Amino acid sequence: METYAVLQLLWWLLLGVLLIAVAVMVGMDMGVGTILRHVGRTDTERRVVLRIIDPHWEGNQVWFVLGGGAVFAAFPLIYATAFSGFYIVMLLLLWAMILRPLGFGYRDHLASARWRGMWDWALFISGLVPMVVFGAAFGNLFLGVPFDFSWNLTSTYSGSFIALLNPFAILCGLLAVSLAVFMGAVTVMKGAEGVIHQRSHRLARHASLLAIVLFAIGGIWVYTMQGFVLTQSPGAGVPQTPLQQMVSVAPGAWFANFRGQPLLWLLPVLGLAGMLLGFLAANARRGLLAWWFGALAWTGVISTAGVALFPFLLPSSLEPAQSLTIWNASSSELTLLWMLGFTVVLLPLVIWYTSWAFYIMRGKVTAGHVESDEHDY
Amino acid sequence: MFELSVVELSRWQFAITALYHYLFVPLTLGLSLMIAAMETVYVTTGKQIYRDITRFWTKLFLINFALGVATGLTMEFQFGTNWSFYSSFVGDIFGAPLAIEGLMAFFLEATFIGMMVFGWDRMSRGQHLAVTYMVALGSNLSALWILVANSFMQMPEGAFFNPVTMRMELASFGELIFSANAQAKFVHTSIAGYVTGAIFVAGISAWYMLKRRHMELARRSFRMAALFGVLSTAGVITLGDALGFVGGQAQPAKLAAMEGLWQSEPAPMPFNLVGFPSQKDQTNYGEVQIPYALSLLVTHSLDGTVPGFDELEKRATQRIRNGIPAVQALQTLSRNPGDATALEQFRAHESDLGYGFLVHRYAEDVGAATDAQISQAASDTIPHVATIFWSFRLMVAMGLGMLAFFVLAVIYSLRNDVQHQRWFLRVAVWMIPVPFLANEFGWLVAELGRQPWTVYEVLPTWMSASTHSVGYMVFSLAGFVALYTAFIVAEMYLMVRAIRIGPAAPDDGGDGSGAAADDRHLDGQAAGYAGA
Repeated sequence: METYAVLQLLWWLLLGVLLIAVAVMVGMDMGVGTILRHVGRTDTERRVVLRIIDPHWEGNQVWFVLGGGAVFAAFPLIYATAFSGFYIVMLLLLWAMILRPLGFGYRDHLASARWRGMWDWALFISGLVPMVVFGAAFGNLFLGVPFDFSWNLTSTYSGSFIALLNPFAILCGLLAVSLAVFMGAVTVMKGAEGVIHQRSHRLARHASLLAIVLFAIGGIWVYTMQGFVLTQSPGAGVPQTPLQQMVSVAPGAWFANFRGQPLLWLLPVLGLAGMLLGFLAANARRGLLAWWFGALAWTGVISTAGVALFPFLLPSSLEPAQSLTIWNASSSELTLLWMLGFTVVLLPLVIWYTSWAFYIMRGKVTAGHVESDEHDY
Repeated sequence: MFELSVVELSRWQFAITALYHYLFVPLTLGLSLMIAAMETVYVTTGKQIYRDITRFWTKLFLINFALGVATGLTMEFQFGTNWSFYSSFVGDIFGAPLAIEGLMAFFLEATFIGMMVFGWDRMSRGQHLAVTYMVALGSNLSALWILVANSFMQMPEGAFFNPVTMRMELASFGELIFSANAQAKFVHTSIAGYVTGAIFVAGISAWYMLKRRHMELARRSFRMAALFGVLSTAGVITLGDALGFVGGQAQPAKLAAMEGLWQSEPAPMPFNLVGFPSQKDQTNYGEVQIPYALSLLVTHSLDGTVPGFDELEKRATQRIRNGIPAVQALQTLSRNPGDATALEQFRAHESDLGYGFLVHRYAEDVGAATDAQISQAASDTIPHVATIFWSFRLMVAMGLGMLAFFVLAVIYSLRNDVQHQRWFLRVAVWMIPVPFLANEFGWLVAELGRQPWTVYEVLPTWMSASTHSVGYMVFSLAGFVALYTAFIVAEMYLMVRAIRIGPAAPDDGGDGSGAAADDRHLDGQAAGYAGA
């Protein structure tokens, strides 16, 4: 295979890894934000819950920033087309997300119950909304997005904002929320004791069962919907624009890759197994183990979606022939190569010091901790 | 083609969100480094006061940092949401430094800030100090990469247009990151952040001294800020001059706008100290000039000249005419990538492709562009002179003012009587907004001076924006204004409140015996200062 094609494939895989990291690490914190008002009823309880992720949420969020940056650098056409096409949804995602740093940073500065209550709602919104959007965006990839390109690749989106919130997208959004709530709940479970632990224990079990149901329904739904097939293109590893290919649309086509390569069925099985084992581990109050099974579930879900869509990244429902694929949306060989070099050197370093940070802050958080923090900052 | 007002609204949105973001970033850059220096003194001397100093400034740092992070997310989104053509056209080059910024800088900064805040009791002093340095390093590295990206917009190097993929592509990563403009810009901008941090610390310390509160903490903080500030301000001015030198050659139109240079003149050129540039009449009213000074400033010699807008517009007209066949060739190549004649035509004219795009704004079919349309496009290459002219002067004046301030601050502080110079302490408090304003003016000079391009001489602004409706843009702009207003109110409230409350350490002044307490401290501190 051409070096360029290999690089394109590697970046497709890396993009998958980054999306999984976003889902696991950011999703966990957003899950905590979503359940904050439920698992913590008093101010002290809520501060215990927040204190569990306080030292880490900022670092975790960088996975999201890096995910965005990596799409920009490795697949600029995807970044440009998706971010502008999903404009209103992206703004809601953004506005929800920029509440988070303030929610974490400003909540405890004032003792007023109204002030803190307001930020608790902000953390709820900034946990729930981005995860709905994250899932719904994936859902819309399967349906195709109404955009097309002019001669110089100016993209124009011709759908409404509401069309992005269709039933299938909402199903995917709910799946993302339930997995995030599961991850958030098991994170709280392993970090807290007593009544907070109890409440998150119950939530974790419910969320994992809900995720299993939603994932199964989603699979059946995708089987019945129109999928895209790349019938003619300049091919992998060939510099090209999205104006040079032919695409056909057929029901069940999103299952073509699984039919061609039955081993790939392991991926959705992995997703389901992760959820089921996550349920069992949470049920047995093994918080850390449940967390890892949750991460496995995310891995299975996201890689199932990626493989089903392959080689498409952003199908166009308006002009299927102008759909974006790994081959026509990627950066040049030189850029992909340089980026790979930086990733190979820096990513292990990031994982190393991030693990150190989690190691330093390990252990349960109690009311005593948050009271001693009161005098600090 | 879409409505121009969408482009205008997109520009306003970008400017508002970027200028807002840029209120918080420089302070993060400077304060993170100063806190690391304060903590270094604590770790090496073991004196409790430096722990208090470190923790107090960290508290203020965090209030600022939260909003910097929040508004930074907007910037990350906005290239894609509002500048989608820009993003796909230069993403092959521009995306890389942004992604590397995340990988190299944001992870460092964000992972260690959690440790910095919550890790005091969980690690050794040395480890905590290392963590604080990692935060400072992370924020400064992020400035490096974002300015490498920005430099590409100012002075596109290491890239070429690929007609096969219809976009700019990376030619040399080394040229991209080691561009002279990127280097000068990084140092100028990050040191401007250090100046901001120094003024912030000096101003708040001065306020405590005026109130006779926390005298020891305030005096020690003030001295560190004064020393840090005087060096940084000198650095900013030196690098600003270097940036003007590099940038002036790369972007003659920006330089002409900064200097209000409508007509080319023979050497040695005079410098317009003040004046009121009129875009309509293409002249300055009420000019006050300094003879010879411009040649000296921008060419570092007496016989150097730089072109005025009369000359620049002539050049632009020629380049537009030369760029038209490049655009036409691309239109053919888009339909038929294998067309050899079109490729040859493109190759012959590709250096002026961007200028061809300029007239495309007025003529859908560039081949049929009239002389009037071409001259309209050529006059677009003159950015908004009055704004740039005055932003530049205000930035420089503020820079020189801060230098004078810091020189005095160092003198008074080393003489150990800054607390008695009450007029100077008042000045110090009033200095707090100055670096923030200077930073904003610097942004205006750099980015308005780049117009009408998003990527200088490569991609015009009018083509770069996403194809949204006016309704979408009004919605998003209104949303940003509403959210950001609420944020700044909360931030300022918490910041002022935290300053009023002061450090957690017991107050050493402030009551009726404050003055007496101060004097005791003065005597006791001389030795401490010598040690520090």
